[in-house]
Amino acid sequence: MLISTGIPTKEDLQGVTPPAQRRAKGPVAMAECFQKIPCNPCAASCPVKAIHIGEDINECPTIDFDLCTGCGTCLTKCPGLAIFIVDESHSDTTALVRLPFEYLPLPEAGQYAMGLDRAGGELGWFKVARVIRGNSRNLTHTICLEVPRELSMEVRNIREGGYRNG
Amino acid sequence: MIRDAEILVVGGGPAGLCAAQAAAEMGAKVLVLERDYAPGGQLVKQTHKFFGSEKQHAGERGFQIGEDLLKEIQASPNVEIMSETTVLGCYEDGVVTALRGDKHLKFRPQRLIITTGAAEKFLAFPGNDLPGVYGAGAVQTLMNVAGIKPAERVLMVGSGNIGLIVSYQLKQAGVEIAAIVEAAPRIGGYLVHASKIRRAGIPILTGWTVKEVLGAEQVEGAVICQLDEKFQQIPGTEKRVECDAICLAVGLTPLTELCWQAGCEMKFVRELSGHVPVVDDKLETTRPGIYAAGDVTGIEEASSAMVEGRIAGYSAAESLGRSPEAAAKGREEAQADLRQLRAGPTGGKINAGIEKMKQEGGTVHVNLYGYSH
Amino acid sequence: MRIEEHPVRQFDRGEKVSFFYNGQKMEGYSSETIAAALHAAGVRRLGHSPELHRPRGLFCAIGNCSSCFMTVNGEPNVRICVTRLEDGMRVEEQQGKGAVPT
Repeated sequence: MLISTGIPTKEDLQGVTPPAQRRAKGPVAMAECFQKIPCNPCAASCPVKAIHIGEDINECPTIDFDLCTGCGTCLTKCPGLAIFIVDESHSDTTALVRLPFEYLPLPEAGQYAMGLDRAGGELGWFKVARVIRGNSRNLTHTICLEVPRELSMEVRNIREGGYRNG
Repeated sequence: MIRDAEILVVGGGPAGLCAAQAAAEMGAKVLVLERDYAPGGQLVKQTHKFFGSEKQHAGERGFQIGEDLLKEIQASPNVEIMSETTVLGCYEDGVVTALRGDKHLKFRPQRLIITTGAAEKFLAFPGNDLPGVYGAGAVQTLMNVAGIKPAERVLMVGSGNIGLIVSYQLKQAGVEIAAIVEAAPRIGGYLVHASKIRRAGIPILTGWTVKEVLGAEQVEGAVICQLDEKFQQIPGTEKRVECDAICLAVGLTPLTELCWQAGCEMKFVRELSGHVPVVDDKLETTRPGIYAAGDVTGIEEASSAMVEGRIAGYSAAESLGRSPEAAAKGREEAQADLRQLRAGPTGGKINAGIEKMKQEGGTVHVNLYGYSH
Repeated sequence: MRIEEHPVRQFDRGEKVSFFYNGQKMEGYSSETIAAALHAAGVRRLGHSPELHRPRGLFCAIGNCSSCFMTVNGEPNVRICVTRLEDGMRVEEQQGKGAVPT
């Protein structure tokens, strides 16, 4: 149970997961935000207005996956670091997962990082495709990780440090 | 010599600074007394992004919000901030006394806004007095303000927002977290914070507590154990945890000494985390002309403290006839913002507490001879 | 131990100053508190409780409690968590409850 472990269950995730068809088309955002808290920067920052929260900022966000371009603005704005971008159009066998990252050291593009699941469990070494540094005020960095396609819904973090070159 | 002041604010934290800013906008002259070297309160050590909406600077980090607030206030000709000044008392004739260095100062304000914040609660267990047992806020101050790693491996006690956030911040500072133990069966803080540290590999153990500290001179480890549904320790569930520090994040309690001493009616409200001054919708206490805002009126997020500060600042200005129409409008807007912040389940507890605070009876006064009910 | 690189914060520590801890010369920075300088130097035990002589360390770090009382430049019961370090300061573990200096 999420409330006693901090780990969202399959049922929790079901309601916020973009459909497989949409994921195959290209990058799309997924907000793993399951609790009513007063917060709306994701909706306020979305350049295409794909995220809806509404008048009561305690409502959980809903994403219009068809409008969402997967630009990743919300990913760096979410105070809870709860938004991920998944792109299953990357190749036949791999997907790109973009995740927020606020630890040091940062990996470099081309290095391999240990991918972690929602419980911090090890999933394997995956190639860092790109690192988008947050600006001096935002400071939330974005890691783009190349993962096997079947793990696109599992990888949600990397271990900081110990990166491998190839 | 007694110095006159139009509005005196006690405490330069998020509530106090917002109160000063709101009142100054209306044309009132405000003097803020801050005990620390610099104002900003505990915002200075908040390295995480705040929740809320744009109006509450959501998405900005706490220390950045503090810096911005301070810049705006320092640009205002109506606000003076006196740092390194500790308020000592508020007397029957309205005189407020303070200590600055070795100088005893006296002020006679027309309105007083008390924004003294909160203090960390403690927890009883053997060895809780050893060096290495810290309040979670102390650890934040050490690592996020002074830039010092407080320990190598920490056991966090409490999974409220502070316990979760400080665990995350410890990891950012390169400190390992052995585990977070939470006596309740549920995580107390925001689940996005919990998920964030869970996926970093930090275990959150609900239904567990710290049983004792190991070590004679300082923390050299800890024993944790499981609790039953009545919060009683279950024998045989003890586990040894390797750690060199224990962080207590078991809640805050309002710092209300000045409210007591000023003779405000006080009430114990569990939902607001302790004794709080009885206030009306304008945040005026039962002593006319004295307002209270922020954690001193009940423990809540800094975002709410800032909005409460605005309410108190506008109300004080309004009562002095400083742009009364604009002040009333500002206050009403802030009151609406606060209702919005408290509209969800987390705000439900606060709303219930405020209801209790406003009910007739149950108030406590202090007089020269001690408590009276 | 001092944090040299932090993902969110940068630390402006001010000038290096030296001070004495129980007579031993140590270094710290002018913008930090005595408690911070001692912690950076690995000193966690700041004193002993006056009655039972239990070791005492830092607890709140913002001047609310009394766990960090030390004798500074001869003055007892100084909250070192909210007192800035100054060059040449004498910081000593306090014996007992402390007396008003004469």
